[in-house]
Amino acid sequence: MDHLSSYLVLSAILFSLGLYTVVTRRNAVAILMGVELILNAANINFVAFSKFVTHNLDGHLMSVFIIMLAAAEAAVALAIVLNLYNDRGHINVDEANALKQ
Amino acid sequence: MNLNQIMTDLSYFIPEMMLTGILLLVILFDLFQKADTSIRSGYVALGGLILVTIALLGQDVSTSVGIFSNMLAVDPFGNFLKILVTVGTILVMWMSFNSNELKNRRVGEYYTLLLTLVLGMYFLVSATHLLSIYISLEMVSIMSYLLSGYLKEQMRSNEASIKYVVFGAFSSGILLYGFSLLYGLTGSADIFEIQAALSAGTVSPALMMIILVMILVGFGYKIAAVPFHFWTPDVYEGAPAPITAFLSVAPKAAGFAIIIRFFNVALSSAGNPNMEAWAALSNMDWQAVMGILAILSMTVGNVIALQQSNIKRMLAYSSIAHAGYMLLGVVVADQTGIAAVLYYAAVYMLMNLGAFFVAIHIKNEFDTEEIEDYKALGYKAPVLGVIMAIFMFSLTGLPPTGGFVAKFYIFRALIEYGDMYFWLAMIGLINGVVSLYYYMRVVKAMYFGKIELPDTVHHAPVNITILLSVLAIPLLFAWMLGDPLSTFAQNAVQFFIK
Repeated sequence: MDHLSSYLVLSAILFSLGLYTVVTRRNAVAILMGVELILNAANINFVAFSKFVTHNLDGHLMSVFIIMLAAAEAAVALAIVLNLYNDRGHINVDEANALKQ
Repeated sequence: MNLNQIMTDLSYFIPEMMLTGILLLVILFDLFQKADTSIRSGYVALGGLILVTIALLGQDVSTSVGIFSNMLAVDPFGNFLKILVTVGTILVMWMSFNSNELKNRRVGEYYTLLLTLVLGMYFLVSATHLLSIYISLEMVSIMSYLLSGYLKEQMRSNEASIKYVVFGAFSSGILLYGFSLLYGLTGSADIFEIQAALSAGTVSPALMMIILVMILVGFGYKIAAVPFHFWTPDVYEGAPAPITAFLSVAPKAAGFAIIIRFFNVALSSAGNPNMEAWAALSNMDWQAVMGILAILSMTVGNVIALQQSNIKRMLAYSSIAHAGYMLLGVVVADQTGIAAVLYYAAVYMLMNLGAFFVAIHIKNEFDTEEIEDYKALGYKAPVLGVIMAIFMFSLTGLPPTGGFVAKFYIFRALIEYGDMYFWLAMIGLINGVVSLYYYMRVVKAMYFGKIELPDTVHHAPVNITILLSVLAIPLLFAWMLGDPLSTFAQNAVQFFIK
């Protein structure tokens, strides 16, 4: 694991799994987990590029901020999911269709 | 970067610092309110925003600078948009005081969240680094999720907010993955260095295309352009009406700001921005991609708006169409094109906020959001009817209203740019005709058809009449050539360039 390409392949796989999760799952929490996978794929990219390409700390800095923002976003998103659950007793996004199409 | 540099940079940062101070003040003030439902903290927030507007108007931006190691730029372009979103927020707060939906609940955090959103937009319109772009975009998005779900015991509001958060988190994740690849390929996260790396021509065009599509997903979602618009109608219908009005105007303007800055600074040819935007992308027809997005947004927005019976939903689809018109100006991306987009954003703010405010007031008074129930409104509430008609004419783009002038600037920029773009202007014009149908349906419901004259005439409260006149009167006088707004917009097309 000391080549840039191995890290990029790993992050590409994570990104694809994240995309797949978001597209196929109906459960809101599972979708949010898919989003986390995508964000972590980006994190791996940033750190790997920082180590192998730019040789400075810019990428590390980016990924620290991304981890923090992902936590903030997850907190808000889970609070909203909780509201939905209180309202309907389930958290399936495709059954949330009270607003007309 | 030493301490002296930071102190110098902070002197360019006064409006943002003021806003942060006011934000904290509102939180503290709210803690000491005896009545839970007091809206006094809202007045503090409103007063604070007025002060910030004065500070922004007084800020000297004649020399553009980059502050905090080029994280943010202070330039006329950013200044114009900051003033625009602040004025929009002030108007929305004014209407929030009169909204029945927000009555009898704790509104302290409502105004706090709104101010935080404004702060996020300040950063977004001046961000010049991938990190600051991403953080400010998230700041705007997270606050928008919370505000659209503010009526948390209402099913519709919850649903709006869950849809918003799922689409939003997903598209910002894609945007971030695009950013990470861009960082790796160009070796920097600073958009000026990205520009230098791109104009050196070492980056493969095919990869660049993929990256830009990913980035466009994130930005396109913020401005609700087709095909990233799926959240728009549901969020706009479910969110509290003042927030819907706000979301359709201010974050959209901020989204356009970051699109214009990113494409015009990061992707222009070296040292010559504005003149040859797109030059770093000479290997592909990126302008065509933007043009297609614009056509799709206009057409899909307008055609679906035709079938809507709920006024908030109709305005939601029409806001998608308006994003399309503004994207036409982005396609041009030269001095006149960007000035036209800025002018359009300002006029659109007046007319769209106005239309939403009338809808909010009618919901308060007559408890309906259906266009059919607007029947005879022109006789039941004459002042409201006339003002609503002005907004509808302006949204359609009929002369002599501001909407016409704004569309005229966009189409003129397109036609002057080259004969090839004439057909884009034609498609825009045809779309204007389509939109005539659904906007006029509101006017028709208000004035024509079988109408029984009402016995009593409804008069809107004075402060609402004043608010609506403040929005409507400038629209009527925008046709005068050289009006101050268009001069202001033209002077605002100056970016900070390292």
